[in-house]
Amino acid sequence: MSDSTDEVRAYTVRLELVDEPGELLRALHPIADNGGNLLSIFHERGNLTPRGHIPVEVDLEATPERFEEIVDALREAGINVIQAGADHYSESLTIVLSGHIVDSDLSNTLSRIRETTDATVTDLSLSAPEGTEDVSSARLRLATEEGETDSTLVALRDIAAEKELRLVEPLAAGDGA
Amino acid sequence: MRLAVLGAGAVGAAVAELAADYGHTVTALADSSSAAVDADGIDVATALESKRTDSVVGGDDPQDALDGEYDVLVEATPTTLGDAQPGFGHVRTALERNRHVVLANKGPVAERYAEVRELEAESDGQVLFEATVGGAMPVLSTIADFDSDHITAARGVLNGTANFILTRMAAEGLDYEHVLAEAQDLGVAETDPAFDVEGTDAALKCIIVANVLAGNGREYTLDDAEVQGIEDIPGSALDLATEDGRTVRLIGEVTPQGEVRVGPRLIPENGTLAVTGTENIVQLETEHAGQLNISGRGAGGPETASAVLADVGRLPER
Repeated sequence: MSDSTDEVRAYTVRLELVDEPGELLRALHPIADNGGNLLSIFHERGNLTPRGHIPVEVDLEATPERFEEIVDALREAGINVIQAGADHYSESLTIVLSGHIVDSDLSNTLSRIRETTDATVTDLSLSAPEGTEDVSSARLRLATEEGETDSTLVALRDIAAEKELRLVEPLAAGDGA
Repeated sequence: MRLAVLGAGAVGAAVAELAADYGHTVTALADSSSAAVDADGIDVATALESKRTDSVVGGDDPQDALDGEYDVLVEATPTTLGDAQPGFGHVRTALERNRHVVLANKGPVAERYAEVRELEAESDGQVLFEATVGGAMPVLSTIADFDSDHITAARGVLNGTANFILTRMAAEGLDYEHVLAEAQDLGVAETDPAFDVEGTDAALKCIIVANVLAGNGREYTLDDAEVQGIEDIPGSALDLATEDGRTVRLIGEVTPQGEVRVGPRLIPENGTLAVTGTENIVQLETEHAGQLNISGRGAGGPETASAVLADVGRLPER
């Protein structure tokens, strides 16, 4: 399995910052310095944690090994990491759906994914070279909690079957992970 | 060793042609309606020429080939599903006569594995079938060397036709029908490509691997596999995959839970499994040694024949 640990994954880290100038920048350095790729920062100004700090949610991509180093570096820098535990890691899952994507109501398909899984659609690309009336394809990236990939795929298979769409799943094992 | 070769298609003919090169004598070559049989060795070139010009291998009856003098029966008749006949019957006859059997025909070990093993247990002959999985690639012998108990899963690209089509679709942005027609012109795809593009051929190979990995445990047949083909994958699906650094391949899997699944999967474009053209690959997940990758030519007459003849070389003298 050593090969698959080289795979870059998406993670979510929740931090608690003291409300002082420069704190956010100081929190981001350990991520960038250790090879993490920042995806998004949600700075919840206005919200305070019970200790009077500001919660910040950071999405980043890194290999599992580098992610461990990032969390260690954050803690060494005195930044309070509230959630980086396994339960809160998010895994990214990419699928392709083909068929009458638009005619079968794309927005309803997305709602169904939201309703029946714990996954969040983080990216969507549509390719309809023959026009939306004809067969087209959509690539979806979903974020799921670790360990939820299989159950998410089961739900996606059901939705695809019901809408008569062709689902191309990611190879979950080995070098495809 | 003396070989009786049943089946005179691309594989059977290549086995007969190459046998002498491996130090063996062909005592019979048969197709479904005719045979050339001689206990001292047939003239292979004459028999194959006769097959080409007159559509008969020789003046003998195919049954004489099965009942004649040989140490190893090479079963290279077309793969059939369900009862796997007539291949299974040929295996039975040879084993009951205490002869060895080398299979290129997938039917008997994909559809009636337990029965083949029972017949083998009661015989002085042995059954080997390296050529049934991945043509020239040493997949089953590697599993045997590693010991199936220490291999937890297997996955790979096991059909060259489907892989060729997906590779061309991704590279040229063409649609399935267009590339299929091209593959048929090149002789990569059969006139009736269903067996390859619907995933059946890859599934049979996975079933055989699953049977070998399960040892004397669960017996698998084609009905145990979850199979999807590539016929309805549009070019736009491949475009979207490529845009994201991925590609689509028809992947067969035997999972650690013992499920057999075949279908188009998204994999990293530059990953190990993304072989191109008609190349095949099998990735074994070992218990103590990480992943083992075996790639090479998964089909073709001389390629498959070399796996058959490697099996013959593994058999003990009778």
